Amino acid sequence: MRSFTYERARTPAEAAASAMRKPDAKFIAGGTNLLDLMKLEIETPAHLIDVNGLALDKIEPTQEGGLRIGALVRNTDLAADTRVRRDYGVLSRALLAGASGQLRNMATTAGNLLQRTRCPYFYDTNQSCNKRKPGSGCAAIGGFSRQHAVVGASEACIATHPSDMAVAMRALDATVETVRPDGATRTIPIAEFYRLPGDTPHIETTLMPGDLITAVTLPKPVGGKQIYRKVRDRASYAFALVSVAAIVQRDGTGRVALGGVAHKPWRVEAAEAQMPNGAKAVAARLLADARPTRENAFKLALAERTLGAVLAEAKG
Amino acid sequence: MRFETPATINPIDQLKVVGKPADRIDGPLKTTGTARYAYEHHEGISNPAYGYVIGSAIAKGRITGIDLAAAKSAPGVRAIVTADNAGKLGKGDRNTAKLLGGPDIEHYHQAIALVVADTFEQARAAAELVRVDYVRTDGAFDLAAAKDIAKPQAVFGGPADTAVGDFADAFAAAPVQLDASYTTPDQAHAMMEPHASIAAWNGDKLTLWTSNQMIAWGVGEVAKTLDIPKENVRLISPFIGGGFGSKLFVRSDALLAALGARATGRPVKVALPRPFVFNNTTHRPATIQRIRIGAARDGKISAIGHEEWSGNLPGGRPEGAVAQTRLLYAGANRMTATRLAELNLPEGNAMRAPGEASGMMALEIAVDEMAERLGMDPIEFRIINDTQVDPEKPERPFSQRRLTECLRTGAERFGWNKRNPQPGGVRDGRWLVGMGVAAAFRNNLLTKSAARVRLDNNGVVTVETDMTDIGTGSYTIIAQTAAEMMGVPMEKVVVRLGDSTFPVSSGSGGQWGGNNSTAGVYAACVKLRESIAQKLGFNSAEAEFADGEVRSGNRRVPLAQAAGDGGLSAEDGIEYGDIDKKYQQSTFGAHFVEVGVDAATAEIRVRRMLAVCAAGRILNPKTARSQVIGAMTMGVGAALMEELVVDERAGFFVNHDLAGYEVPVHADIPHQDMIFLDETDPMSSPMKAKGVAELGICGVAAAVANAVYNATGVRVRDYPITLDKLLERLPNVG
Ligand SMILES: Cc1cc2nc3c(=O)[nH]c(=O)nc-3n(C[C@H](O)[C@H](O)[C@H](O)COP(=O)(O)OP(=O)(O)OC[C@H]3O[C@@H](n4cnc5c(N)ncnc54)[C@H](O)[C@@H]3O)c2cc1C
Ligand code: SF4
Repeated sequence: MRSFTYERARTPAEAAASAMRKPDAKFIAGGTNLLDLMKLEIETPAHLIDVNGLALDKIEPTQEGGLRIGALVRNTDLAADTRVRRDYGVLSRALLAGASGQLRNMATTAGNLLQRTRCPYFYDTNQSCNKRKPGSGCAAIGGFSRQHAVVGASEACIATHPSDMAVAMRALDATVETVRPDGATRTIPIAEFYRLPGDTPHIETTLMPGDLITAVTLPKPVGGKQIYRKVRDRASYAFALVSVAAIVQRDGTGRVALGGVAHKPWRVEAAEAQMPNGAKAVAARLLADARPTRENAFKLALAERTLGAVLAEAKG
Repeated sequence: MRFETPATINPIDQLKVVGKPADRIDGPLKTTGTARYAYEHHEGISNPAYGYVIGSAIAKGRITGIDLAAAKSAPGVRAIVTADNAGKLGKGDRNTAKLLGGPDIEHYHQAIALVVADTFEQARAAAELVRVDYVRTDGAFDLAAAKDIAKPQAVFGGPADTAVGDFADAFAAAPVQLDASYTTPDQAHAMMEPHASIAAWNGDKLTLWTSNQMIAWGVGEVAKTLDIPKENVRLISPFIGGGFGSKLFVRSDALLAALGARATGRPVKVALPRPFVFNNTTHRPATIQRIRIGAARDGKISAIGHEEWSGNLPGGRPEGAVAQTRLLYAGANRMTATRLAELNLPEGNAMRAPGEASGMMALEIAVDEMAERLGMDPIEFRIINDTQVDPEKPERPFSQRRLTECLRTGAERFGWNKRNPQPGGVRDGRWLVGMGVAAAFRNNLLTKSAARVRLDNNGVVTVETDMTDIGTGSYTIIAQTAAEMMGVPMEKVVVRLGDSTFPVSSGSGGQWGGNNSTAGVYAACVKLRESIAQKLGFNSAEAEFADGEVRSGNRRVPLAQAAGDGGLSAEDGIEYGDIDKKYQQSTFGAHFVEVGVDAATAEIRVRRMLAVCAAGRILNPKTARSQVIGAMTMGVGAALMEELVVDERAGFFVNHDLAGYEVPVHADIPHQDMIFLDETDPMSSPMKAKGVAELGICGVAAAVANAVYNATGVRVRDYPITLDKLLERLPNVG
């Protein structure tokens, strides 16, 4: 870990401004991802801006009938919130499927969105990795790629986004609110928040330098049966091989997003039109452009079968 | 004390303390966090510096240059140790690769430097500033590719190959045959406490606080590597946060701490960071196994053959996966073969039940497959082929062998008769449900072990031996042994372990620690009893030790008084004759597992497990049970998730942390049950006990595999059994 300077920000705008001013600055929230990466010198910020004192830890109703979740609301609190459990069950379930109780007590809403990939080559600084060191190559291609992306990947990177929460957020059409270094605010629909790896896998979101996430907003509840099904090798405390966030209405219409298959939560709105026709049809559209590796081709069948089980559960 | 003939009645048979489910005497220390682990010692360690290990970034080749300049001038840095400046170093006999590499590199993450600084953070930061240039050379990293050039290699004192009768002819002639290949992956010990050491020099004397299972081995290895007399090395290792074999041998943390302390003139602390543990230290090597079984239609095996291929660094040893096949089932015509390939992966070495754990993973699936071909119940098939003698050397009977009773007892307790022999036939909601069984088998090893026992004028008995407690319960069973022998309650016994100034014990490994170390304590106590009796003028054969007194005829003397102000002390150990040559000593069991396989996703979840073990006298049913259920848990890991993934291009284990190398979590282990058969084995030692901690893992994975087959009809022969290996062959859903 490199030595770094540290400050406690007092207002969101000040935090954003400081991040712009100081080269190589990073925000730190729960620290459950950032600190691990700093210890391994995968992240090497020269300055840390602690945002924990920013009072962004409330869940409030919006005028539109939705919920505004402060960037610092802990995953545990978000999952347990009665409004979330009642109206956005898929989110609560996704959160509880992630990490462990101890980690969720620390992990924040914004930090969770911005957690970085679990690609093992990203974690080993002796290996080439375009995400960690742009231009160095991608050791996962042709290497151990069982966990990796099957769709939307590139020649430069085949990593997945590991968050469970983000998959539910995508299904719920959440919006990310930020404050810019100049104090201006911006709202980014989650559909536009994450980027595919392309040639620049180190740039993962559409946030601009210095942008601070202040909240994530959920639109008015959409009802339906809300299911989050996470498939993994062990029963708990593991990242998804494939996960399905689904909201299914009585008439069989609804929404689905997949985790564990791409560089971002994977949702193709056009595929949802196929929901009344069953999992096979939906999966065919969702994963139409899939290009799996030999080691992760099973994820295609797994995604389809899991989707099938989820749709059956929604009906039953 | 020499143990040459079967044990007769002795004070242990009173079973007033031994055999009782006593709580761990070190339990309060552990639950309050006051048990000191290797990195946590403070006494006598002033102003320590901190070392951070640098590991090789390549698997094979040479260092062409190391630039230390930036690191040397980084804040707080006191010294940087490399092979260049460490002075001449020897190599211990128990390690295959050097603990400090360079310029030649033998494996990935082989230690090549230690940066020592005033704080841990400074050392870690400076370590990142060290620039190393390498020239890579090609290595062999793929066992399957190296298989055909593998050579015969003996292991654990046995031969590489064995043959009895005419296997080839008998197999060819057998009306029912099985010829199948199985693979087990490289596995990591994944114990909680990483390897860690604190080293301090006092003149030319070295003290190492470390985490080590075998204190005397460690002393010898450190002395040899540093080329100093053994007397100048002291190892202290009172608590060990798990080892599973990875701490049988001193590793780079110990050597580098010693070198760093020498270079700085300060005590130095070194712990291996978690990602290092996987490639820097040892692992259980992968195997390819071919098993052939031929049988008559009545189920009697006429031919059984087991071949193993594993890989290791040049000079390393094979896994030894055929060991149990030499002993477990009858059959007149037999063969086993052990082949070793040179690989340039990190060092393969012992992990819990080396040999049998891997071998049983394959053999006990093969037996299940064979039973199915014969149309027999897999339990009956095993029982038909049970043997009371070493099948390779029929003149050697087993000292005790109750495999059949284990299987029958387990079948009844588990409800085996409810198993549907038709695979894929049972459904419970979304789950396909199946049951599996496997035999458990692990040899019992005899090795000498000594102890010192002191009685003081408060009637307190203090036992000192360099035996280790790696979480197994050694402290407790040793206290029980001494209490039984001296006729005092356990509260009157103090046990001190893990210090090389104490008499040399068996140490912990190969499930030999429990029986041998307590037998050593028994021997020392016999001697102490004699000197007490002698001092009091009692006939030592008649003296009775009970309730804190020595009694003879109508005389009774409290032990405290017998000890007098000076106290009394005795030292002795157990040594064995050739009793284990005349009788084959093994431990037996049966594992039963029920699994559910998700019909849609093929996720496999264990629903319940049972183990029945026959392993001699159980010295403490509580600690022994913990060993067995822990081993069962590890077996589930081996069955369903544990695999060090080899990057065959770069030659290293890719998933080198506990997020990537999955072991079972609580949610994976729902219900475990276990039974010990009531048994004593007079051939094993005066304790009449045997090992149990490794028996518990042997066969578990195969029982899981067989249950998965019973649930789904899909036979997976390559571990771990992950959902991707089942998915394509499950029926369609939805
Ligand atoms: C062992 C382990 C297992 C895990 N398993 C799972 C799992 O199964 N599923 C899952 O979804 N997750 C899992 N996680 C990841 C966990 O959810 C994340 O580590 C956590 O959500 C990150 O939140 P944090 O607040 O600690 O973020 P931090 O570590 O503080 O920050 C993460 C990133 O977000 C940035 N950041 C933080 N706050 C803001 C802000 N307000 N504005 C802009 N940028 C910000 C930081 O600069 C940093 O780059 C696991 C983590 C661990 C360690
Ligand atoms: S997949 Fe992406 S994160 Fe992994 S090594 Fe390749 S570039 Fe790096």
